[in-house]
Amino acid sequence: MSAPNPVLRSDGISMSFGSFNVLSDISVSVGTGEIVGVLGPNGAGKTTFMNLLTGALAPTAGRVELLGRDVTRLDTAGRCHLGLGRTHQVPRPFLGMTVFENVLVAVTQGRDVPAADPIATAWDVLDQTGLAEVANRRGETLGLLDRKRLELSRALATDPKVLLLDEIGGGLTDVEGDALVALILKIHDRGVTIIWIEHIMRLLMQTCTRLICMAEGRVLADGEPKDVVESEAVQVAYFGAAA
Amino acid sequence: MSAQLVVTRGGTTSRITLALLAFAVIVLAATPWFFGVGGSGRAVALLVYVLLAVMWNALAGFAGLVSIGQTLFFGVAAYTTIRLSNAGLDPYLAILASVAIGAVLGYVTSLFMLSLKDGEFAIGMWVLSSLAHLCVNLDPLIQGETGTSLISLNGYAIETRSSITLWLALVLTLAVLAALFALLRSPTGAAITAVRDDELGARSIGVNVIRTKRIVFVLAATGTAAAGALWLASNLNFQPRAFFGVHWTAYMLFMVLVGGLGRIEGALIGAVLFFVIETFFASYGAWYLVGLGGVAVFFALVLPNGLWGWIGPRLPGEAIPTGYIINKSKT
Repeated sequence: MSAPNPVLRSDGISMSFGSFNVLSDISVSVGTGEIVGVLGPNGAGKTTFMNLLTGALAPTAGRVELLGRDVTRLDTAGRCHLGLGRTHQVPRPFLGMTVFENVLVAVTQGRDVPAADPIATAWDVLDQTGLAEVANRRGETLGLLDRKRLELSRALATDPKVLLLDEIGGGLTDVEGDALVALILKIHDRGVTIIWIEHIMRLLMQTCTRLICMAEGRVLADGEPKDVVESEAVQVAYFGAAA
Repeated sequence: MSAQLVVTRGGTTSRITLALLAFAVIVLAATPWFFGVGGSGRAVALLVYVLLAVMWNALAGFAGLVSIGQTLFFGVAAYTTIRLSNAGLDPYLAILASVAIGAVLGYVTSLFMLSLKDGEFAIGMWVLSSLAHLCVNLDPLIQGETGTSLISLNGYAIETRSSITLWLALVLTLAVLAALFALLRSPTGAAITAVRDDELGARSIGVNVIRTKRIVFVLAATGTAAAGALWLASNLNFQPRAFFGVHWTAYMLFMVLVGGLGRIEGALIGAVLFFVIETFFASYGAWYLVGLGGVAVFFALVLPNGLWGWIGPRLPGEAIPTGYIINKSKT
């Protein structure tokens, strides 16, 4: 499915590790202001797809465009400066630094246009994500939920135009999940385009305007969330329905 | 009533530390008058150990770059000091020029070494150091392992020479410490620590990892070069094995691991401890080295975070403040 004003586009990207094809010919276009959910069974290639979009991996074929610019050969930090933020499936806090310092690094290093007041900006992000109260705690002391919040805070601190979330809802309670959805919708309201890989259907259905289902390194379905979920191919590949 | 952000970077602990450091600087600067030539020589040795420990700690403790070949900069700086003074340059100017050469060598080396990871980097640095050692041995002026002396320093009276060398060592050490402190307190300093903690995570938030590592690497090369040139000025004799020898790497490791990796305070304490041990026990020959090993094993087993890893958390605030404490106060 192609979007009218694509902010992020993959054009026939493929990824192989030796003779093993992880992704085959993925062409996806995400338009300004969309919230796109990506689902699929384990091993579908979702995280690899995200790693190709962010530059953590280089595709064996195809190209990636960010805001109309070919970024296929641009590294992760370069794409971040152009406005592509991400969270990792397994949170990667800087353990020896405080929560505030974790976010401050993102404010000072991840923006093309420097923040006028980095300290206040970092604090605002923490306030927004509910981490202000633990701002002076070291990353190593945080539990899973706060580590995920910190992951999101750091991505937000880079002032992204496109935000890629990798299974950020995993391990959360229903209440925490609802709070996350509210936060993501708030971020979206500020004009940030969101791509969200997630296994928890409830969160995606509450949030997304579009759903992509992947299986075995290919796009199985792409469209309105309700249509994608009800499609026969998705029912078989993801929900285990009998063919 | 409006809320205001209050950022604290230092407090009573850091003020006391600053006073102690200032006192130490005054004592070291006054050494020639109170402890004579011998005392000045020992003070230079202490400052060289401080330089080596702080620089190795900056590299391994802050940037996560574990090098076992920092003798590349230590040895090359001593060698270039010999070469430049032999060409007619004042030996003290030769020392300063060698520090600058160390910085340039660090930059050039970083262009190809920083793409190596972990063990590859560590061994690669050792290979470069060994290569430099062999090249220096080929210089007819050095005469292989026979070596030569910084004879131009004999143009100064011994009292003058020892005093100037000490004061130069003090100035260079303070300059390097100040540069490291300023770097770690800057936004780049936080990025350096981020790269150490998680390189992929740092890339994801826009940190230019190679550039960040390069800044620390070049600073460490500069400081280590200063240590090499000063060691030569203090000891006068240049025998390549004595400068490129792997024992220096062992000393750097010892000082940082015993003092505490990842904190400037740890490196300083480690250097002082090493200096004290060496002063009192070096005359025991092989048993001295056995003792050093024993101390290292003791710390690895009992205090794996080093002395500062035990002391630091018990103090109210950072002694050398590089981090941030932030609070919101009502005004």
